[in-house]
Amino acid sequence: MSDNSSLRTQSQRIAWTATIVVSTLVFIFLIAPILAIMPLSFSSGSYLTYPLPGLSLRWYDDFITSPRWMNSLKNSVIIGVASTALSMVLGTLAALGLAQWKSRLKPLVLAFVLSPVVVPGVITAVGLYFFFAPIGLTGSYLGLILAHTALATPFVVITVGATLQSFDTNLARAAASLGASPLEAFRRVILPLILPGLASGALFAFATSFDEVVIVLFMAGPEQRTLPREMFSGIRENISPTITAAALILTTVSVILLATMEALRRRNERLKAGG
Amino acid sequence: MTDGLLTSASAPPGVPLKRRLRRAERARQLKALALVAPLLVFLLFTFAGPIAGMLWRAVDDREVRQVLPQTIAALADWDGKDLPDEKAYAALASDVLAARAAGTIAIAAKRLNYALNGFRTILTSTARNLKAAPEPGTAKETLGKINPAWRERATWTTIKDASGPITGFYLLAALDLTRNADGAIVAALPDQAIYRQVFTRTFIISLSVTLLCLILGFPVAYLLATLPPERSNLLMIFVLLPFWTSLLVRTCAWIVLLQSKGVVNDSLRWLGIIDEPLRLIYNRFGVCVATTHVLLPFMILPLYSSMKAISPAYLRAAASLGAPPLTAFLRIYLPQTLPGIGAGSLLVFILALGYYITPALVGGAADQMISYFIALYTTETANWGLASALGAVLLLATILLALVYGKLVQGQQVTGGMKN
Repeated sequence: MSDNSSLRTQSQRIAWTATIVVSTLVFIFLIAPILAIMPLSFSSGSYLTYPLPGLSLRWYDDFITSPRWMNSLKNSVIIGVASTALSMVLGTLAALGLAQWKSRLKPLVLAFVLSPVVVPGVITAVGLYFFFAPIGLTGSYLGLILAHTALATPFVVITVGATLQSFDTNLARAAASLGASPLEAFRRVILPLILPGLASGALFAFATSFDEVVIVLFMAGPEQRTLPREMFSGIRENISPTITAAALILTTVSVILLATMEALRRRNERLKAGG
Repeated sequence: MTDGLLTSASAPPGVPLKRRLRRAERARQLKALALVAPLLVFLLFTFAGPIAGMLWRAVDDREVRQVLPQTIAALADWDGKDLPDEKAYAALASDVLAARAAGTIAIAAKRLNYALNGFRTILTSTARNLKAAPEPGTAKETLGKINPAWRERATWTTIKDASGPITGFYLLAALDLTRNADGAIVAALPDQAIYRQVFTRTFIISLSVTLLCLILGFPVAYLLATLPPERSNLLMIFVLLPFWTSLLVRTCAWIVLLQSKGVVNDSLRWLGIIDEPLRLIYNRFGVCVATTHVLLPFMILPLYSSMKAISPAYLRAAASLGAPPLTAFLRIYLPQTLPGIGAGSLLVFILALGYYITPALVGGAADQMISYFIALYTTETANWGLASALGAVLLLATILLALVYGKLVQGQQVTGGMKN
């Protein structure tokens, strides 16, 4: 990395080299565990150790043919999609409102809206468990969707809010002066511009629900177990390589989400640079 | 955004412009509030309400007064100094008979047993052996014969303490405190006084994880903030991929790596460094490593954005004024990263305090944090009062830290993202 022009003295070069060495080790620490379990899912043996006795797809076969695992995948998708949709509606409306609202109460309201992210999962889960049980919402899809929506909406408010902050309100005024109704201005001018922000919000919301396990632990009946919940009991009871197959599937979903997010960010930067 | 313009233009003529503008502004504000309202109502139902309910359970104490209403009424004017009079005994006998018929003895027995170990036996044996209402004037003697505990003052003060409708019993218990027979707050019995230790442990683990994250995260954030964007964007994937990977996958990965026949132990043995596998998981070490791995991105991202905002011109200026590199770094660069360090550390600490999944899966019995006990008392032993009281303490700590965090990032753009 000698191309860094601000490096002049030897001590600076040493410090820089040390930074690179330490950072490389940290990068290995961050990535290695995720990479290490991937090959195990293709093992033909039933122990989670290296070297692999041989390669096979038996654990994926096990995953696909197991009603338990497939049901949990289905549940994760159902709950994830439904809570994403609900949190998009609630979160986008709230972000639009917060962008226009001027009040001394605003920081307080914002703090309240964002608080589900900060409050420990166990506390939310215990509260919901007590609150939802008497009204029959534990052991139901609806209860989980509502709970996950509460957790996911702050991310929508943050991402959509950030997009609105960089939004040029003159564009909306221009649309109005050219005769667009507020609804039309929203649909044809505002919406296309904030769409990347909405998409990031949706990804965050989906990832939040897809990864959530504490609330599911407390509230899901056997019928509503999600993929992370199934993995939790798998890890607790007996780790079979089927878990690593599930892990690879989950990680693939994460990579797709991350790649989409990155593409959105780049598109946004290009637009900004172009505008 | 357009309404202000339209409303003010379409208002009736003749009204002063100032008032028209004010009216338009008010309409705009109401509209804005109407957009936020659905989320507020939703969160009231799915978040604030449930948490308020939990806090209420931490002080709610109505079980005993529901099961033994006459006894509670009879004890109302008892001074607690000596044994209560015959009236209270007769009330108890009548309550026990009624509760036995209704099948509610166990509810009161459970609550009273929390306060006085063995109370369950006292109450159930009384319910079993009390054939019929004692003759007037003989209740004291009859009950004392069934169970001598009724001749002890502590038995009765326990009932009086549990008479509700609200109590500090659970909150005191969460802090290893209790009330003695005279009503003074004293330390709880050693076999019940475990929570201060759990809170200390939670604090120590969270602090260790925060420090580890800071030590590991600082060089990485510095590297990412210093490298040209095309390279740092590429390296950022190493931070973001774990961030987006499922918590369960990462926890599972650490078990695979650290177990006794895992990759780490095998490599160390192959290198000849150790002969016997090291115990790396299901202990404090495993909890710290796995939790640090999970929370490290929460440190790197805020640090990165605070470092990114530091202009290299400052360092150049320091150098041109003759500051050696180390001095420039310590006195110019480091102070400017302090808000980022503060925000990242607080965020990691807050998240670590309430951590449940990872310690539950990779920790041993002596590494369980406060969340584990809250979950345990909620789903396993159904001691909901204590679960709620412990939850209240954890919530209070979290809120206080979050307020500090809010002050710290006020004015700064929060780009760190907060994903649970």
